[in-house]
Amino acid sequence: MTPDRHGAAARGAAWHSAAAASPKRYGAGARSRVLVAMSGGVDSSVAAALCLRERHHVVGVTLKLWGGPQDQGCCAVSDVDDARRVCQQLGIDHFVFNYAAEFERDVVEPYVDAHRHGLTPNPCIACNRHVKFDVLLDRARRLGFDRLVTGHHVRISTQGGGRRLQRGADSAKDQSYVLYMLSETDLGDLWFPVGDYRKDELRMLAAELGLRTAHKPESQDVCFITEAAGRERFLAERIGLHPAELVDAAGQRVGTAPAVELVTVGQRKGLDLGGAPQRRYAVDVDIAARRVTVGGASELAAPGVRLVDHRWAGVPVEGDVLAQTSAHGPAMPAHLDAEGQLRWVEPQRRVAAGQAVVFYTGDEVLGGATAAGHLT
Amino acid sequence: MRPCAIEAMTPYLEQQFANPSGAHRMARKSRAAIDDAREIVAEALGFDPHGIVFTSGGTEADNLAVTGVTAATGTTALCPATEHHAVLHPVEAVGGRYAQVDAGGEVDLDHLAAQLAPDAGPPVGLVSVMLVNNESGVIADLEAVADVIGRHAPEALLHTDAVQGVNWVDIAAAAQPADLLSLSGHKFGGPKGVGVLAIRPGVTLSAQQLGGGQEADRRSGTHNTAGIAALGAALGELHETRSEDICRIGELADRLTDGLLAAIDGCAETVERSRRAAGICQLLIDGIETEALLVLLDRFDVMASAAASCASGAMEPSHVLAAMGVERHAAAGSLRLSLGWCTEPWEIERAVDAIPQCVEQLR
Repeated sequence: MTPDRHGAAARGAAWHSAAAASPKRYGAGARSRVLVAMSGGVDSSVAAALCLRERHHVVGVTLKLWGGPQDQGCCAVSDVDDARRVCQQLGIDHFVFNYAAEFERDVVEPYVDAHRHGLTPNPCIACNRHVKFDVLLDRARRLGFDRLVTGHHVRISTQGGGRRLQRGADSAKDQSYVLYMLSETDLGDLWFPVGDYRKDELRMLAAELGLRTAHKPESQDVCFITEAAGRERFLAERIGLHPAELVDAAGQRVGTAPAVELVTVGQRKGLDLGGAPQRRYAVDVDIAARRVTVGGASELAAPGVRLVDHRWAGVPVEGDVLAQTSAHGPAMPAHLDAEGQLRWVEPQRRVAAGQAVVFYTGDEVLGGATAAGHLT
Repeated sequence: MRPCAIEAMTPYLEQQFANPSGAHRMARKSRAAIDDAREIVAEALGFDPHGIVFTSGGTEADNLAVTGVTAATGTTALCPATEHHAVLHPVEAVGGRYAQVDAGGEVDLDHLAAQLAPDAGPPVGLVSVMLVNNESGVIADLEAVADVIGRHAPEALLHTDAVQGVNWVDIAAAAQPADLLSLSGHKFGGPKGVGVLAIRPGVTLSAQQLGGGQEADRRSGTHNTAGIAALGAALGELHETRSEDICRIGELADRLTDGLLAAIDGCAETVERSRRAAGICQLLIDGIETEALLVLLDRFDVMASAAASCASGAMEPSHVLAAMGVERHAAAGSLRLSLGWCTEPWEIERAVDAIPQCVEQLR
């Protein structure tokens, strides 16, 4: 067969002047190569645009994390479509990485297991810790990217010599709580360009660029729990749910709850207390006995939090800190002792075991840990 | 696309745009193009022209075969676990069963026989075995499969997805035992969006797409005249040059495979070379994930594949390798390189040079 019969040789010559294999060069003058993790939302879309504006060579990647049913969340096919379309609009390459197996192993299974043991897990933190800033960051390094970029609302401070995670400029959107686990080494390979902007500014930038994600609503919920089925059915299928007996501090039976595995310390809704007049909260969950102790606001308060699995931005911190116990909750004054245990300046509501507690000085993250109970 | 296919389709995109089902002069010209293509396809496949049904592609042809035959006969279907999803999913949808394959990717004939037995479940009316596997390249022995069917379920029909196979085997001879055969235009230099289900005389199937009754009431919908004309031209050319192409491309594939095996430690072919088609080279590379490798290869203009992609574009773990007993972590390093009628030696040289560099970087 003659190569020219189909014009293939001519086409080959037009595409490639030489057969020797050398990688394509990046745009002249590109300052660095960055891989942008794109969820299909407005924040990561603008993050990619900002990297381009600063003359970096930008490649987009969307992670397929969850193979089961979902209604929105970070890994729906329509979100991948949006991320890909934004990349097309920006003129950058886009890839999809399949981390469904890692997500199931390191996020979903621990989430289910935590509920089985009466803990209240934070799957977004697990995903950041084990997927986005572990396997993805590792792959970005191996692929020769200088930095991994995400659309998180945080900043990296370099004041004082080291690198520290800092709250985003838009305090209402700050995501430092879910990223407390990032080490100083990790921060050296990361960049969060949207952390300097307010959300309305980001939407405006996206609209100016004509990006289809400019007015897209934010995803709030856990991406693998559908609105239709809910957490209850998800867990019921995987671990089975068991009714709980509600008792007061004296051990007197005062009501029931449909599933002990779904009760979180601090919870008020969903507890059938037979019309008790004052506000009552779950103050303790005994999963083995399928018993939940309820009490008033004063009984819910505790002087401190017992903590495990600490992560420090630099060296372990001892002394006065501000401590935050939920993604957008207030940071309250507290004291960390030499063992890393936390005592509040004023008693605070108990923190459900399994939740993260993150320590700050000003806007800077000092570290964080996982709640394992309360101090007395 | 093959230039002959582009040439064949262009008049039906530019001037001869009439609906071939019409009665006027222009419609008759369109109709003649379809009838010409039907004869070319029938000749190339060794089927009767009346049995050639044009579809929107291989997936529709596979669906029509599985669902159409089982619906018409009130039976279910059976296929090896290594089939393309265009067969696996319809088989699953009709409550069908899977047959195992051996470590080399070939159908386990004893297991096939067991699955055809009356006590294995609802009666099987259709067995679907792909002629050449799209991932591993393994060539099926349809003669042996037909023999098992004849002995254990003589009423059952044999369908073969020949979407890959049409390029790499003497299709009319190899598909002789098959009662139905699927093709997809874009796999042999034709356009996307057009395919064929070839059916032997006497086979009954229920149409799955109802409407104007085109294709002898077996597949309704206005004909894709340009696509059908192009498919016919491409298949006609393939029919003429296939044996020459198999030799030329087989040599290139050997050069590619041997070059990579020599340059990369911890690299192996998934199946024996003598059992696979000339143009499909699948390797397992230790210590890397193909998903990452493809990102690096992209920079070298080496366009390869891992396994299958899902709707999001993410690479899915290979069900073919899983069925062959390859561990999941090893399958993550599977690389599929396809050669075709237009592959040139310089492309092989480039791939043999680039792939080891990229593997090295990832390790």
